[in-house]
Amino acid sequence: MTIGSLPPRYRISIDPVRCMECERCIENCSYGVFRRDGERILVNSRNCTACHRCIACCPRDAISLEEQPCDYRSHPLWTREAREAIYNQARTGKIILAGMGNALDYPIIFDRLVLDACQVTNPSLDPLREPIELRTHIGKKPAKLDLRRRENGDVELLTPIAPNLRVETPIMIGHMSYGAISLNAQVAMARAAKEAGTFMGTGEGGLHSAIYPYQDRMIVQVASGRFGVNIDYLERGAAIEIKIGQGAKPGIGGHLPGEKVCEEVSRTRMIPQGSDAISPAPHHDIYSIEDLAQLVRALKEATEWKKPVFVKIAAVHNASAIAAGIARSPADAVVIDGFRGGTGAAPRVFRDHVGIPIEAAVASVDAKLRDQGIRNEISVIASGGIRGSADVAKAIALGADAVYIGTAALVAMGCRVCGNCYRGLCPWGIATQRPDLVERLNPDVASEQVANLIHAWTLELAELLGAAGINSIESLRGNRDRLRGYMLDESLMQVLDVRQVGA
Amino acid sequence: MAMCGIIGVMDRKRRTMDGSGIRQALSMMNERGSGEGAGYVAYGVYPDYRDCYALHVFFDNIRENKIIVDAALEQWGTIEHDEAIPTYDQPNLRSVHTPWRYFFKPDPSLAPASTSPEDDIVSALVMRINTARRGALIFSSGKNVGVFKAGGWPEDVADFYRIEDYEGYTWLAHNRYPTNTPGWWGGAHPFNLLGWSVVHNGEITSYGTNRRYIESLGYICTMYTDTEVVAYLIDLLVRRHDLDLDLAVRALAPPFWEEIDRMPEAKQEWNRALRLTYAPAMMNGPFAIVAADADTMVGFTDRSKLRPMVVGECADRLYISSEEAAIRAMEPKVESITMPAAGEPVIGRVAP
Repeated sequence: MTIGSLPPRYRISIDPVRCMECERCIENCSYGVFRRDGERILVNSRNCTACHRCIACCPRDAISLEEQPCDYRSHPLWTREAREAIYNQARTGKIILAGMGNALDYPIIFDRLVLDACQVTNPSLDPLREPIELRTHIGKKPAKLDLRRRENGDVELLTPIAPNLRVETPIMIGHMSYGAISLNAQVAMARAAKEAGTFMGTGEGGLHSAIYPYQDRMIVQVASGRFGVNIDYLERGAAIEIKIGQGAKPGIGGHLPGEKVCEEVSRTRMIPQGSDAISPAPHHDIYSIEDLAQLVRALKEATEWKKPVFVKIAAVHNASAIAAGIARSPADAVVIDGFRGGTGAAPRVFRDHVGIPIEAAVASVDAKLRDQGIRNEISVIASGGIRGSADVAKAIALGADAVYIGTAALVAMGCRVCGNCYRGLCPWGIATQRPDLVERLNPDVASEQVANLIHAWTLELAELLGAAGINSIESLRGNRDRLRGYMLDESLMQVLDVRQVGA
Repeated sequence: MAMCGIIGVMDRKRRTMDGSGIRQALSMMNERGSGEGAGYVAYGVYPDYRDCYALHVFFDNIRENKIIVDAALEQWGTIEHDEAIPTYDQPNLRSVHTPWRYFFKPDPSLAPASTSPEDDIVSALVMRINTARRGALIFSSGKNVGVFKAGGWPEDVADFYRIEDYEGYTWLAHNRYPTNTPGWWGGAHPFNLLGWSVVHNGEITSYGTNRRYIESLGYICTMYTDTEVVAYLIDLLVRRHDLDLDLAVRALAPPFWEEIDRMPEAKQEWNRALRLTYAPAMMNGPFAIVAADADTMVGFTDRSKLRPMVVGECADRLYISSEEAAIRAMEPKVESITMPAAGEPVIGRVAP
């Protein structure tokens, strides 16, 4: 024996007094933790992912879960994760795959920023009694307007206005492809987007016909693999997004394991069933910023300049300069995906180590666009690790027009962030294509929950704005005066352009 | 700023008034001030130099700081005349700056690419000198207009400058209750850039957004207070973007989406365009503002009218103020007093 078996990550135990042997845990666990042995239910904790499905369905609260029941010798450098990654790679010689967002213990900048409220010198506003406007327009805006007065006094607009997406709340749902997630999950979120007056991304997996009823709420994605892209797809979407990169894995392409490519996914993506869908790291027709501008123009030409085109990049060190380049193309919005962004599958080394936090990226993109006098001409969408309405408000105060949520929407449908999406066994019916698992997710209920979440955050945003004496979201955008840094270092506060608490 | 009292008066026939009337009106609103700042601006005060830009400067130290301004102005044009602004010591006003005025003619050939070279030279000089923070602050820069302001009660500031010695056809005045920057003379109102002057009561909660927008377009905020940005926004929209004044005001205090959605199609279209294009110029928070240039005076409030504004008229005179009492102090026989709706601008123009 060289390495031997590693200690289990979780220990599941069943309280024999409470258990009534209904076997719901056995039915529900897709990872094979539970099995019946005569009069007892046996547990194999080693298979557990902490997805909580068994706990959620146990009628008697008989199941308990403990994380890391067996400790290694504690060591600040040689953490459990570091050691286990080595054991794993020593055995396999391969890249370690991981799901969901960055799992390293970096400081969370959002949690070191605090919001402002009014006292005395100006009145806080009450959203129950006064209008608080959250309506946001995503798209190109002119630098100045040419308005002429006709002889009868009517005003005439001479400046052409590019089509914008009108979003009733600055919260949009980001791109999660059919393939990475189930059709039920995608339908549920699409319906929620329509219900909430917002938009949602298709991801790079094409547009399944079940989503057609919500197509006017869908942002169709063109990624490096071009899966599912044809003129019909482009025309169905409300907007088009070119995906250059993703916060969870900057610099590399997407990877959908063949196990998830079922017949329907294969048809929607236009790829053979059971084959790994691997999109290349770069777009092979985009090797430069001018190539990107060409593709933006090509997509606009193809759709007769009727649809906004977004460009999504991962938040990398030079994100601000890249965004300024994108702003000079006909692109309508730039999406910045921070290093905490989620994913169905990414090499762990990328997920945890490449890219920068969204807070710093948005702040520097906003500042760079302002330096060049073009900030308001393009929209900025922030994504990657938005957990609640406070994060939304802070991202907007740092300079975003709107945010994309991803993981949060999945959590609203039951996801427990267990991080095993890439295995295709999601017992919640979200990140899986196995029909019996997909069936578990009821799109009617799930869509209501996602819509509830967006609605709840929207209400909270209105309250936060009102308390700050602001009755329209555009007056929060880039308004870093209404933020203070708490225990942030001075150089970071300079990047964020915020003052410290008390100042 | 929290409270503050403001008043503006315009004579549509350009008949001038001396400063004693507005001094009295402003002192009616002493309850709205705290004795830490007051100011006046008058249009038509320098008829002898009507073609020159009248630059009013606060010098911290006349010996050290003045040569810098002299050099900058001489580099970009001609100083026709300069002198100390006459002041008279007041027991309750501590004089911390030396107010000075230049009558300046910029050389348009030095900004050949510009369509308005003189304005551009002067506004660039104002930004540059104020940003340098070398003990000189230009707080008034229009033609035939002058701002007179200091830290103190309105009567003391008026007497410090002997405001009754000046004759103007449009006057704005401000009684300050500062919360941001007490004592700082540069923070007193009115704020002026080129032709436009602004007095403001309120607190702009969108200041951080507005300042970043205006600074991205070449302006630099140097006065440590929110009202400054209003003067620059009006300059941007009216002078540089050539919007009609009522449309510029609409960009700063636009209708709610709810109202826009109910408008007829064509009106909806340009109102939407105005909100989209000038979203970062939109001003939020409670405010009442009176602004003026050589031909116009405009008063407007925030979209919910969280600060008071009343309008009075009497023959050729238009009054806009925080308090009816202030108007009546100036014009006991005022013929009409009205209170405009939230966000609705009141615009007066002098006869051509």
